[in-house]
Amino acid sequence: MSDHAEAVAEHVGGTTQSFIYIWIALLVMTGVEVLLAYEQVPVLIMLTALLGLSIVKAALIIAYFMHLKFEKLSLFLTLFPMLVLCIILMLIIFMPDSLRSLNMRVQ
Amino acid sequence: MSEAKAATMDSVWQGGGSPYAIGSKKFGMWLFIISDALTFSALLVAYTYLRLSTPNWPTPFHFSPSIIFSSVMTFCLLSSSLTMVMAVHAMNHGNRKATVGWILATIVGGLAFVVLHISEWLNLINHEHVTPFGNEWGVPLFGGTFFALTGLHMTHVIIGVIYLGIIAFAVGRGKFKYEDVEVSGLYWHFVDLVWMFIFPLVYLMSAKI
Repeated sequence: MSDHAEAVAEHVGGTTQSFIYIWIALLVMTGVEVLLAYEQVPVLIMLTALLGLSIVKAALIIAYFMHLKFEKLSLFLTLFPMLVLCIILMLIIFMPDSLRSLNMRVQ
Repeated sequence: MSEAKAATMDSVWQGGGSPYAIGSKKFGMWLFIISDALTFSALLVAYTYLRLSTPNWPTPFHFSPSIIFSSVMTFCLLSSSLTMVMAVHAMNHGNRKATVGWILATIVGGLAFVVLHISEWLNLINHEHVTPFGNEWGVPLFGGTFFALTGLHMTHVIIGVIYLGIIAFAVGRGKFKYEDVEVSGLYWHFVDLVWMFIFPLVYLMSAKI
């Protein structure tokens, strides 16, 4: 590896304390998810809450544990379209279609 | 003239430097993670699609043992992510001995996950009579998609444990640099991240519907 790349690799952000805070936050969110599964809430709200919490957890892991928050913006912009594609596939194409086939079966 | 040339050389997209300011190993791992994320999302979408469109989709995940086991498994993976981040942190400070210790702790977390997951599988196979090809509810697709999704994830964890074992061994012998540990950390965090979606969508949702 060139000297240039070595020089660029300065590691800002992320102290031991911040990692432990993130870990605690992730554990608390997991606990909330498990509690939510046994609360009397409508299925749609629960699914939204579960997915919402999962996305927040994933964002925390990517930003701090995987260090993406401290990388150049160009890397984030290169990786991010994949996430948009996944969400579009799931929310716009597959979910409404699966619900439609469920209704067709029931009737 | 010379100013224009200098400006061209400075532009990272003109070959003046690395556009992402990261090493090729790390960028390679990020590209792998992207393709793997798409694979897992395809499996998750397939599982969720079939579950929604099948009225008698089985829900054999009872609070005890399935939900308790999967919650403890989530704890194991999250904690192993913390120890992995500590390993990368220690390697950044040039402390190879601490790095090996933290990586070994990560491996223990990964192994605990695999052991718990296999016992959860055996519980489903032996007590709920779910196999990849059939079950008592007459929805063979449940076993097919469930074992494909969780099996692929478990394969990733097992490969990760082997990968980390090699990294720990080499780091202990004074080989490998900071970047190698960081790249293995990226892989491990990704495996953790995928479970953050499998756990609620497969296990927790079945407590309700």
